[in-house]
Parts: sequence; C-alpha cells; structure tokens
Amino acid sequence: MTTASGTAAVSFQNVSRHYGAVKAVDAVSFDIREGEFFAMLGPSGSGKTTCLRLIAGFEQPTDGHVIVHGIDMNGVPPYDRDVNTVFQDYALFPHMSVLDNVAYGLMIRKVPTGQRRKQAEEMLEMVALGGFGGRKPSQLSGGQRQRVALARALVNHPKVLLLDEPLGALDLKLREQMQVELKAIQRRVGITFVYVTHDQGEALSMSDRVAVFNQGKIEQLASPTELYEKPATTFVAGFVGISNLLEGAAARAVTGTEQACSIRPEKIHLERSGVAIPADAMTARGRVSSILYLGANTRYEVALEGGGELTVTLQNREAHAEPAEGETVQLWWEARHLMRFAR
Amino acid sequence: MTQTDLARPRSLSNSLSTFLYQRPRFVMTLLLVPPLLWLGIIYLGSLFTLLAQSFFSIDDFTAQTIYEPTLATYARLFTATNLNIIFRTLAMASVVTIISGIIAFPLAYYIARFASGRMKALFYVAVMLPLWSNYLVRVYAWKLILAKEGAIHWSINSLGLGPVLDWILTLPVVEGSSLSTSYIGTTLTFVYIWLPFMVLPIQAAIERVPRSLLEASSDLGARPNETFRKVIFPLAIPGIAAGSIFTFSLTLGDYIIPQLIGSSRPFIGQAVYQFQGTAGDIPMAAAFAMVPIVIMAVYLAIAKRMGAFDAL
Repeated sequence: MTTASGTAAVSFQNVSRHYGAVKAVDAVSFDIREGEFFAMLGPSGSGKTTCLRLIAGFEQPTDGHVIVHGIDMNGVPPYDRDVNTVFQDYALFPHMSVLDNVAYGLMIRKVPTGQRRKQAEEMLEMVALGGFGGRKPSQLSGGQRQRVALARALVNHPKVLLLDEPLGALDLKLREQMQVELKAIQRRVGITFVYVTHDQGEALSMSDRVAVFNQGKIEQLASPTELYEKPATTFVAGFVGISNLLEGAAARAVTGTEQACSIRPEKIHLERSGVAIPADAMTARGRVSSILYLGANTRYEVALEGGGELTVTLQNREAHAEPAEGETVQLWWEARHLMRFAR
Repeated sequence: MTQTDLARPRSLSNSLSTFLYQRPRFVMTLLLVPPLLWLGIIYLGSLFTLLAQSFFSIDDFTAQTIYEPTLATYARLFTATNLNIIFRTLAMASVVTIISGIIAFPLAYYIARFASGRMKALFYVAVMLPLWSNYLVRVYAWKLILAKEGAIHWSINSLGLGPVLDWILTLPVVEGSSLSTSYIGTTLTFVYIWLPFMVLPIQAAIERVPRSLLEASSDLGARPNETFRKVIFPLAIPGIAAGSIFTFSLTLGDYIIPQLIGSSRPFIGQAVYQFQGTAGDIPMAAAFAMVPIVIMAVYLAIAKRMGAFDAL
C-alpha cells in the first residue's frame, strides 16, 4: 500500500473508533513523520489514548485505516505489529526479574539466551539501571520502574514507540528530569516516539509536533511554538498555556468587535497611570482586583472598565513599584500578540 | 478565637474517647485479647493437648493410657496396615486435588476474565450453591446418584454403555460392584464437595492480574498461548497453591465420604475415628492425627520452594 507521504511512520486515514453512541475518535486523519517526537495532547476522554491504542493494536478502528510504515494495520493483532508501548502503570511482570522483563520481547522472538541477556543488560545501562537486572520490579522505585518499562520496549528496536502518559505517576522533580532524559534517548535511538499526555507543559517541552485532541477530533496539529503563539481555536488557546479569552461584550470593549480573541498574560504590559504608551499599541484600562505573588513572577487580575477581566503576568526581574490592589492601571500590548478566532 | 471556644463540654464518653484516642496500642490490645485467647487456648491449646497424647502409649491388657513419654505409638504407625491407610489417603488427596485443579482452572479463568455483570454473579452462585446445603445431605445424595440403581448407572446403561462401565469397575484399584462402592465414586464425591475451594482462590488470583500486563505481553510479540504460559499461568499459581491446600488437606482429614461411598478400606480420618472411639486408643488416634499435619507441612514447604507464593 502506498501512502501520500513516503516518510510517514504512522498515518491515520479517516479513522473513527466508536463505542456505541460515544465517538471516542471521530474521523481523524493525520501523519506522524518518521523519527519525530510526536505528542498527542488533550483532556481525558478526548480520544488521544484511543488513538495510541489503535496504533498498538489493542483497539481496531470502527472506520478508516491506521497505516504503520506503509502497511495497513487493520485486523493485525498487537503481537504482529512492529510497535512497542510504555504503559501508564508500567505493566512490568511482577513474577520476573528486571532483566527477564526487559528480555521478554527477545525471549518471545527466540533470541538465544546469552545474546538476549547481553542486549537486555545494555539497554538497562542505557536507562541508567545497570546492575539492577537481578531485582524484582517490586523492589524498584516508581522512576526506576518507568525506566525498566522504557528499556523493555526499546530493546526490541520498534519502528514506533508508544508512550501512554509514562510520567504521570512520578513527582514533579523526577518528571522534569525524565522529560530531559526521554528527549535525549529519543535523539540517540532515532525511533519515532508517540507520546500521549494531558500535561501541556510536557508536550511543549519534548515534542517536535503536537496534536491537540478534543472530543475525538484534532483541534490543531503544529509545532509547540506555533501551538502556543498561534493557537487555531479557542480550545487550544485555553488548553495550551494560560490565556485570556475574550468573547462577546468583553471582546468588543477591547478590540471593537465581538469576534473571540485571546492574549497571553505575559504579553501584556501593565503601567501605573500617567506613563507614556506606544501609539500603535492596543490598550485597556482597569482596576487591579487581585495580586498573586509566584516568586519568579507576579500574576495580576485586572477588571476592565469595559467589562471582562485580564490576567497579566509580570516577571519579577527587579523589585519594582507594584500597583496595589484596587489601583487603576493602564494595560497595553502589541497588536500582533492578539489572537483572533473564527470560533 | 480564644481557648475556651475550642473546649467542648466534657461528658464521660467524650473523655473516654480522648483517653482511647491517645492510646492506640491499648485499644489494639483490648481488641486482640479475646481472639488471641480463643486462638491460643481453645484452638491451639486443644490441638497440642491432643498431639501430646501421641507421645503416650496404651497398656494392651488394661486399655489404660500410660502417661510416660514414648515413641512406641509412632512406631506402630509404620506397620503395613497403617502405612497402607496413609498411602491410600495420600493418593486420594492427590488425585482429588489434580482433578479439582483441572476442572476449576478453566472455570475460574472464564469467571475472572470473560464473565461480567449478571453472568459473573450467576457463576459465583453456581459455584457456591452446594456450600449452602448440608454436607451430609450432599454426600448421601451422591451415594444415591452413584448407586447401582442410581442415575449414573441408569443413564450409562440406557446408552448401552453398561458393559464398558462394568469393565472399568473390574479394573485393579478401582474394583467395586458399583460406582458407589468404588474409588471412582469416592473421588467424584470428594471433587464435588471441595471444588468451590479450588475455584475461588484461582479466580481471585487471575482477577488480580491487571489487563495491562496481558496487553504488555501481547505488545511485546507474545501470542495468546504464550501470554497464557508466561504471564497468566505463573501469576495464577499462588491461587492454585491456595486451592490445592484446601482440597488436599480437606481430603486428608475427611472420614465421612470414604465411609459412606467407596470400598470399605479405611482412610486416615476413619482410622482416627476408630482408634479414639471403638478401640479407645487415644494415643494412636493422636499419632494418626499428626500424619495429615506433617504431610501438609511438607506440602507447604515444597510449594514455597517451588515459588508458589512468590507472586503474592
């Protein structure tokens, strides 16, 4: 079977997955390029995990085709697919040693014992768990289990590696560390990574491209920068990063039309009354209704005179004379930072 | 807020609650004393009293127990007759356990992995239902079912397979005039009576295996039969071990089924019953009672050695 793009690692062609009346995935089409770090981002129930399971083969599409490296995967069971998964709960076999867990795929493929031990040990080295092979999964910490799960999948050199919220169960520090490591490992092995997450920060920091899912459909598929700077829909603007969404009267008060628009809190300048503002800037006046000190920056909620409210984030680069609660302030931003939406 | 706002009116139950709340160890002791007394004195105490009897002997002429420590009673266990009883019981317990395991596993697997909602409830009830009626009633019912004039003989004869059954009943070891007087009957009844004790632990063990483990195995290239052999079965072994402990030990100690159904050759339970009753030989009965305990200890040790409890 030939696909439109010869380099697509995974291609969704009009794929739907329905459970009765529920459309978990609804006529979705997109390509994942070979060797890229691809994130599927969305709230729970948005269809991202179902898409991952469609690639893995745990689910079959109700309609459409999932194509992996040019081969139509419809009807192909998981064990005949050249993809491997890192599960959210790691799914390590509790009755096997760490080494046997990692060597499982090789054992199934009848790789000779000595060779598979060697490969499994090398893979454990790569995830910084050399010497842990003799332990049972229950003797490892969450972060270590996560690495074992990664090693167990990577040792098979899959064409595509699927990761289902792999960092979800880890604490913040470890998660950030693993983000860096995952990215580095992906660069090193050059395998296509498909990464499901509901954490927009994770998706932005690691991925080459991100598909934002909502209600079984893709809202936008773009690079992290584009996603953040030029969100296609109000949903994306709201889900990726913090955003001031203005609709109806609030939009009219700021832009003059009722078309929905949004502006990132950090793009807004906040000036106390009487400071000169560039002539071509967009402006709004309001009263500071609350101040939230966050260390690196401070977040101000400003109630606008024309109705609506804007969140403004200011970096605490130096101790500056902050406006007090209740003070009237002048807000301005460059027109190019205002994002307008068709819907 | 001042201190007085926090103070609540001090009733007796209130101060008692505070007293107990501040002494969790005391509460735990209070709760544990009755069960520990029960377990220690009534349960283990009586068992040890019984077993202590096995180190005494009986005077052959007066039939009085001689209260002097001796191993003479144990020596009498190793006569040919008594060894036969022990081996017969051991063989029966093993066969019953194996057959129960073979029947229970697919059933437990189905209940755990495939049945859901009403179907699962139905299977639970079906497995447990026999336990709701009296044990003796069920054994006597089987005596009738297995009798020469009973349902099984009648069905087999109606199918024209009577000669086959008769031939089977003439085989060595099996030998009996009907199913109800042969070892086949005894085995069938034992399996019937103990099967729930095998099904439930296996079902629980299989149910505990997360779906993601099976998906992971499949994801790593294992076909369903490989996933079964490498993942499901090893993780079900603790359940099989637990179930087999029930079927094995319950068969070892039972004295009613072999008395009512099967050949008249005695099992350990019957021997204990006869020695302490008719013969009035309490030390010998106690020595016989030791046998299942020792066998079970060895059985558990072997099961542990084989890693049956590793996945617990």
